Amino acid sequence: MESPVRLRGLEYAFGEGALRRPVLRDLTLSVEPGEVVLLTGPSGSGKTTLLTLIGALRAMQQGSCMVLGKELMGATEAERVGLRRRIGFIFQHHNLLGFLTARQNVAMALELDTDSTEQDRLDRASAMLEAVGLTDYADTVPGKLSGGQRQRVAVARALVAHPGLILADEPTAALDRQTGQDVVRLMRDLAKRNGMPILLVTHDPRILDIADRVVAMEDGRIAETVV
Amino acid sequence: MTAVATALLPARLAWRQLRAEKTRLASAIAGVMFACVLVFMQLGFRSALFDSASALPRAMHGELFLLHPLTTALFRPEPLPRVRAFQTLGLPEVTNAVPIYLAQGSWRHPLTGVRRAIQLVGFDMEAGAVNFPGLTPLIDALKRPDTVAFDSRSRPEFGPVPALLAERGSIQVEIANRTVEIVGIVELGASFGADGNVVLSEVNFRRLIKERKASNTDLVALRLRPDADPASVKAQLTALLPADVVVLTHAELVQWERHYWETATPIGFIFAFGSLMGLIVGMVIVYQILFADIATHLPEYATLKAMGYSGGYLNRMVLASAAILALLGFVPGMLASSGLYDLVAKATLLPLRMDASRGLLVFGLIFGMCSLAGLLAMRKLRDADPADMF
Repeated sequence: MESPVRLRGLEYAFGEGALRRPVLRDLTLSVEPGEVVLLTGPSGSGKTTLLTLIGALRAMQQGSCMVLGKELMGATEAERVGLRRRIGFIFQHHNLLGFLTARQNVAMALELDTDSTEQDRLDRASAMLEAVGLTDYADTVPGKLSGGQRQRVAVARALVAHPGLILADEPTAALDRQTGQDVVRLMRDLAKRNGMPILLVTHDPRILDIADRVVAMEDGRIAETVV
Repeated sequence: MTAVATALLPARLAWRQLRAEKTRLASAIAGVMFACVLVFMQLGFRSALFDSASALPRAMHGELFLLHPLTTALFRPEPLPRVRAFQTLGLPEVTNAVPIYLAQGSWRHPLTGVRRAIQLVGFDMEAGAVNFPGLTPLIDALKRPDTVAFDSRSRPEFGPVPALLAERGSIQVEIANRTVEIVGIVELGASFGADGNVVLSEVNFRRLIKERKASNTDLVALRLRPDADPASVKAQLTALLPADVVVLTHAELVQWERHYWETATPIGFIFAFGSLMGLIVGMVIVYQILFADIATHLPEYATLKAMGYSGGYLNRMVLASAAILALLGFVPGMLASSGLYDLVAKATLLPLRMDASRGLLVFGLIFGMCSLAGLLAMRKLRDADPADMF
């Protein structure tokens, strides 16, 4: 089975001319099907930039980046938008739409699938909310949920469309220790059950044990890999 | 899912977002309503003033009219040979040709004696060429020498004539240095060219305006056989008559008069400018609201982009918000304007009415205003960059 993520000789720099500052240098990395990979490293090591490149949120500059069978080097904006629909994103902040209920927020991840019916989408959103233990809060707006509950809604939103890859950026940063652990474990369990690989950027040493592999980055290179 | 339902998803999202912030929604609707009322009032006044300016030709009764081509407006007519009226009778379709005489004379205020120019409208009372409300019962009285009927909607500077008339039964006034008797009241309306009007017979007109050649007239109203086609008679007359007359239908005569006031005065410009101001203020309000909505939701919009929503989807959502605001502001705006029209019409006697074509025009303007605001606000969406989300 093909690796969901395969990077070769990836280079990326911000700025131009004299101000040019390389953040990723000759980077090679792959994520295997169903694998949970944690990306750690000090601030400025380039791990967030790497995540935005893999997530097709940023245009490539040099090297090769195959994600879910799609080469991102030279991909058009439309191709990148299309690929994003097959990736589940979880951010540091939940970024839920405040004017929608939890169920409607989760269903937003399904609205791009034009073959589904409204009822179908809401049913799938309800089932996903049940899986993250929020059945009773399906019709609550995010403003009335706790931080952990909101992040669980965000996890449900990222997973509901059965993405081929889950990308998470510091998902525990805005949560307390116990809540943060609960959320990432829930995410890991749900992903494992469906065979979805996870690439997760974190500073948080307390969640390293959920990983199949921990990749440490420094100065835009991979410094160390712990299996 | 049908294509229509898919296309409506951004609009549903827009509506859910607008609905969530009640105060913001209310102020946006109030802004659109304000622009709507302002434009309705400006256009209403504009049309009412042009309508009242063309009250005299509109009161004329005839299928076709003859006018000297150099006549710009009826308060300042260029005389045409009266014989043209009789020439038209050569066509079997023309049953009646009524010369109408127009001039301004100096009226002396019945109480203070102050002089002021008043419009005189003279014609054969029996010919039925003019249709002023109140005229019919006065026809016999107006056939007597030196009698006139006064237009009750003349400006008040001519004196409280209707009140005096009601009090005394009949009053004597001086017009063009000759004493005449006012025998009754008609309703016509002041225009920009004439502050007031008196109506009198052809013979009495000649008694007052002595310098006029009897062989000249100012306007000719033609009555046609009921089965005649005015357009074909017009074409025949145009071919028949020399170039010192133009043949106009009733609508063209009214338009001739309106055209003068629309082009020769800044009235049209003033009201167009007022409408534009209203639209600009409305646009700025809608833009501010939409812009603030986008600015406060940038992270959420960036998240939607990261989830695979295209820039076009979010653009459609902003435009849908603008369209919803246009609709929600227009409906109460139009209702409020209808109420104001009634109120102002009662207070000023101006003919202000809500009509479908103006409603459509204003809806188009308001919709355009909101769409433009949406297009401007949409530029802010570019700041929602999902690459900055991590």
